[in-house]
Amino acid sequence: MQRIEAANKQALERILGADPILIDVIPASEAIPTLTENRILHAGPPLNWDQMCGPMRGAVCGIAVFEGWARSLDEAANFSAEGAFEFLPNHHFDAVGPMTGLTTIGQPVMVVENQTMGNRAYCAINEGLGKVMRFGGNDHEVLARLRWLRDEFGPAFGRALRHLGGLPLKNLVARGLTMGDEMHQRNVACTGLTLRALAPAFAETVRDRGELSKALAFIGNNDQFFLNIAMAMGKSIMDPVRNIEAASIVTAMSRNGTDFGIRVSGTGDSWFTAPVEMPEGLYFPGFTEADANPDMGDSTIVETVGLGGFAMGAAPAVAGFVGAGEPSSAVDFTRKMSDITVGENPEWSIPGLNYLGVPTGIDIRLVVETGIVPTINTGIAHKEPGIGQVGAGVVNAPMHCFEKALIAFAEGVGIT
Amino acid sequence: MKKTKINEFLDAPLTVINIGLETFADELEEQGVPVVHLDWAPPARGNPKLAALLSKLGA
Repeated sequence: MQRIEAANKQALERILGADPILIDVIPASEAIPTLTENRILHAGPPLNWDQMCGPMRGAVCGIAVFEGWARSLDEAANFSAEGAFEFLPNHHFDAVGPMTGLTTIGQPVMVVENQTMGNRAYCAINEGLGKVMRFGGNDHEVLARLRWLRDEFGPAFGRALRHLGGLPLKNLVARGLTMGDEMHQRNVACTGLTLRALAPAFAETVRDRGELSKALAFIGNNDQFFLNIAMAMGKSIMDPVRNIEAASIVTAMSRNGTDFGIRVSGTGDSWFTAPVEMPEGLYFPGFTEADANPDMGDSTIVETVGLGGFAMGAAPAVAGFVGAGEPSSAVDFTRKMSDITVGENPEWSIPGLNYLGVPTGIDIRLVVETGIVPTINTGIAHKEPGIGQVGAGVVNAPMHCFEKALIAFAEGVGIT
Repeated sequence: MKKTKINEFLDAPLTVINIGLETFADELEEQGVPVVHLDWAPPARGNPKLAALLSKLGA
């Protein structure tokens, strides 16, 4: 249909024309005024306490103690079961979060502004590897780190960004792709590029040498520091693609550890969900797939803009890390994703594919027609709360989400 | 035996294009038969309702 092609062309133009800049770090309460006491934003489509997996519950209990809404993890669990907290998706508040992805008023959030369209998107700061809240961690060490992010690092990061005048992300990601990142499970290069850009501004704005050293080491020692920036960037790019009449392009893919959900431009803000699948991958020493939690997180926003599993060809090292086969097979994933997308991003190109642009703009019609679902690179959390990451792997988006979306989309354009 | 076209065809070395299930191609390869595999599946995994919608949606 001609009007679908025209709508998708407009959607692709908005994606390719985006100009995302990391401009600030501010309290979530300031960034999202509708985020109030006892509201907890989570990754993925809507779900309630009874539906939550172990790590999600663990993180909820931890954040309730962090915010001072409960005195202990047990009390937080009781309050949650009694309905004391309101659980809502990040995606409904211009935000995203990795894995459990909790966002609450007291946390600092990074602000990415899409200067082409004027919209902003938010994501909390990546806590680092190991035992962290995004994997369901909630002990003293996890909460102490969150307090440091809120009281010390977040404000310092914001000052550095304002001093720098913002960090343009489009070119930074383009360089990262040529340096072996795919921005989901490999962010080593982009983290390094970010540190290189920010270090002088940190040095200019942080007076205490000890604090300066700690801040720079926190960024430099966390290979995944850039992931949350990439996610806020992805959200800022895709939000203006929402609600284009007759566009069949996916605007969000997300998981809450129970369900996988997608949103499609032409069907507005409806979620199309299906039970989330288990990742297949490699496990850290001492863990097996019996320990694994089903997939979760808003981080699939990076696949939605053509990165992550879609840009696997740029990151042969990731193929081995996530157990997706030989490094030489990485390009096959990218080629396959080209079958379900409407275009390429010429500004984000892959050297190993003769500078082919990353596959961009997932068309639900192509997914259903070909039977090829988006490939997602992901971290694997332990199924019990409080333990953390146990591996990394690849997971498929469930086809049923796309089939349901296609039926609703067809009705929306007057076809039954 | 009469030299018919079908007999000529059957006497000639096999050249196979396999469409769909890859295991057929794998088995021929194991027997040393040259085979080209075409990765193909019916639209919408064979679901007629979805295939009809796709047809109307211009996919």
